[in-house]
Amino acid sequence: MFKFSDRPRLFFTALAFAVVGGAGASFALDDFSGVGRTATPAELKAWDIDVRPDFLGLPKGSGSVDQGMDIWEGKCAVCHGTFGESNKVFTPLVGGVEKEDLKTGHVAALMRKDFPARTTFMKVPTVSTLFDYIRRAMPWNAPKSLGDDEVYAVLAYLLNLSDIVPSDFVLNDQTIRDVQKIMPNRNGMTFDHAMWPGKALSGKDVKPDTHAVACMKDCKTAPEIASSLPDYALASHGNLADQNRRVGQVRGQVTAASEAAATSGKPSAAALAEASGCLGCHAVSSRLVGPSYLEVADKYKGKDVSAQIFAKVRAGGEGVWGDIAMPPQEEIKDEDLKTLVAWILDGAPTK
Amino acid sequence: MTRPTRTIEESTFEGGGARLRRAPEDFLSPGEIAEVSSGRRGFLRGSFLAAAAAMAGGSVAGAGRALAADAAAGDDAILKLPPWSTSLGQPVAATPYGMPSKYETAMQRRQSPGLTQVAGSSVSFMPLQGMFGIITPSGLHFERHHQGWHDIDPSRHRFMVNGSTPDFVKKPKVYTLDDLMRMPSVSRMHFIECGANTGMEWGNVAVPTVQYTHGMLSCSEFTGVPLITLLEDCGADLKKGKFVLAEGADGSSMTRTIPMELVLSGEVIVAYGQNGEMLRPENGYPLRLVVPGVQGVSWVKWLRRVEVGDAPWATKDEADHYIDLMPDGQHRQYSSIQEAKSVITSPSGGQTLLDKGHYNVTGLAWSGRGKIKRVDVSFDGGMNWVEAQLQTPVLSKCLTRFNVGWNWDGRPAILQSRAIDETGFVQPGYRQLREVRGTRSIYHNNAIQSWKVAMNGDVSNVQVL
Ligand code: HEC
Ligand code: HEC
Repeated sequence: MFKFSDRPRLFFTALAFAVVGGAGASFALDDFSGVGRTATPAELKAWDIDVRPDFLGLPKGSGSVDQGMDIWEGKCAVCHGTFGESNKVFTPLVGGVEKEDLKTGHVAALMRKDFPARTTFMKVPTVSTLFDYIRRAMPWNAPKSLGDDEVYAVLAYLLNLSDIVPSDFVLNDQTIRDVQKIMPNRNGMTFDHAMWPGKALSGKDVKPDTHAVACMKDCKTAPEIASSLPDYALASHGNLADQNRRVGQVRGQVTAASEAAATSGKPSAAALAEASGCLGCHAVSSRLVGPSYLEVADKYKGKDVSAQIFAKVRAGGEGVWGDIAMPPQEEIKDEDLKTLVAWILDGAPTK
Repeated sequence: MTRPTRTIEESTFEGGGARLRRAPEDFLSPGEIAEVSSGRRGFLRGSFLAAAAAMAGGSVAGAGRALAADAAAGDDAILKLPPWSTSLGQPVAATPYGMPSKYETAMQRRQSPGLTQVAGSSVSFMPLQGMFGIITPSGLHFERHHQGWHDIDPSRHRFMVNGSTPDFVKKPKVYTLDDLMRMPSVSRMHFIECGANTGMEWGNVAVPTVQYTHGMLSCSEFTGVPLITLLEDCGADLKKGKFVLAEGADGSSMTRTIPMELVLSGEVIVAYGQNGEMLRPENGYPLRLVVPGVQGVSWVKWLRRVEVGDAPWATKDEADHYIDLMPDGQHRQYSSIQEAKSVITSPSGGQTLLDKGHYNVTGLAWSGRGKIKRVDVSFDGGMNWVEAQLQTPVLSKCLTRFNVGWNWDGRPAILQSRAIDETGFVQPGYRQLREVRGTRSIYHNNAIQSWKVAMNGDVSNVQVL
């Protein structure tokens, strides 16, 4: 049956033949005639969004620190914190960079063993990476929703938070090149390792850096145990007896209450929320992307809103708690969603 | 925390075949255990357990072989026919897509509590402690997503090839799954390991079992079209194009730079098949890149595009994440190859040996540079080593199963394995690894794993220098 939607495909196939000319007439087995078609310029533009360190692929555009602040507060701060400092959803983006680093191009704190944090700006050598990162993947729950100017603006804001550019700075496809020259960790990367196949990266063949030899007998006088599992860590991963088969040459150690007893019968509402992906955006008592379940229970206390909330979660939507939308929750079964809504409105009890 | 203390006596049935004693809690109900502990053993009379218990307690000379204790004409599991021998079973296709036995619930992917803040950008670990052979059942394949996973309609998925500039690819093309599945395919078995596997253990022991120390590892047979075939079909310049960029269709649109050398070798596959069926959604359905020997992040899932260019891209997952911090404060960038590594999967951390006597010490070895040549095993923390048997097949950039027999005499022991690959590379110990890379690398920890066996049979995770 010929469907309308087949049309473009046939058209493109024809186009491909036209482009390659005589080759289309060949009947050799592996010329893959009729397989695939030429990509259109619009398709290439839609998908080819990568930006390289030499800025190949960078779109035109611009944005100021001020504009960036508005976007940040509206679309990013819920997860990353007002100053990019939050540890709640992901590691902090900002912090750990000193003025001196902008000169050396190598973040000094990375050399300190007593400085465990590694923020984005301590690591990233290339500003193109951040532009590309935000454009393709942020906001995390609505990737690719920012326009190019918005990406410039919000990146300008982050650069300002990190004291790399002043507060009146406008980032655009030209000034971004100046920023690269002062990126705090621009000299912080090395290709001098053997874990890249081939020479194309460092220009030479690097040998592996560990030089173990396979001694077989009397290799040392005693094994020196440098570290053992702390007691709390034995119990931190649930009941290991439940994580090993009931037959075989070994059993798992009993380290906690049995998982089977804990989840006997129906899964708990909390487990259902986890399994349904709600807890990526909601926590019981703290605000993540969406409101905490306690906040929700509080807001609707004493009101009969089950049906309304059921419909809202099913269809998604924004505006009640802020500008961020909850995506439609289409996968979850009616019955399970009912259970969840009742549980949330009941204050998300643990039992 | 309740830990049963389990005493291990002399083996009662030396030479008598199967090991007959089992810890009671393994086959008695909690109620029965309570009755035993309260001294009321009467109800067990006639059962095989009573016989075994009696023999374990008293003199055993000759009794074991003859099974002479009056209560024990033999094992009830043999003497009393079970329902499955005396009734009709279920019909064909009762489960149209078969599931593991209900007794196999222990074998599940699990998260490591506290490792990440949100489950959408996180890891689930494969239960290596109970796996056999080298192939990972598709439903247990480890997961690492950066922005959650989707179940993509394959008829709406597209794969594009283009160049960084028109010079690199003469004829940028779009393929549907229909197109790709018409092209010549290959099926190959390869391991995939996350660069951060064993990353929690750089500084010290942190997690209890092999599922959490090494479970960001899986091995499958992948089916698909060699990427080189597609690049040639699009007229790519394979001389000027020194690198390719692979890009996913998920929210993170994961991007990684792949060396052209590997593509030219024909090893890199644009895959749709996994263990005889389509890829699982969590593993990139309907299309993923297979980059043998290279860390998992480069095996871009939900693959939508490959671009050919002449310089690496420094993408988010190669300039911000997946960079290895060295002691001098420099980060190693584009660290990709998974160097030779091995681990004993049984007996392993969090397990208990039930008895003295014979064990089959078994584990896995792999190398991103080719085949495994040899695996050595030590029972004394690395003072002395014996060569393990490699189980066939031994394939390039694939898991290799090794086995070695061991008689446990009831004394403390430390089990280790050490892999050597066909390039002669020897898996390093923690001392060697830390000497060059410190403890803050996060990625590419391929140190020798040690499991300590205590006198009560408990096995635990330790690090030996
Ligand atoms: C729903 C929560 C959420 C929102 C909203 C969000 N992000 Fe993120 N962001 C994340 C997570 C989670 C990651 C880590 C992703 C990964 O693991 O690949 C991340 C990573 C990042 C990184 C890289 C972090 C690093 O480790 O170097 C940057 C930069 C970033 N986000 C910027 C933004 C910007 C700009 C916005 C607003 C336009 C934004 N994010 C909105 C959750 C969020
Ligand atoms: C991608 C993030 C995300 C996910 C996943 C998500 N939510 Fe939400 N949720 C939100 C946001 C954002 C809001 C606030 C919407 C608003 O302001 O109207 C919200 C609001 C809610 C509310 C309050 C609705 C109201 O109108 O007051 C409930 C109840 C709720 N979510 C339940 C759920 C349940 C149940 C699930 C899982 C099936 C879920 N959410 C999954 C982001 C999410």
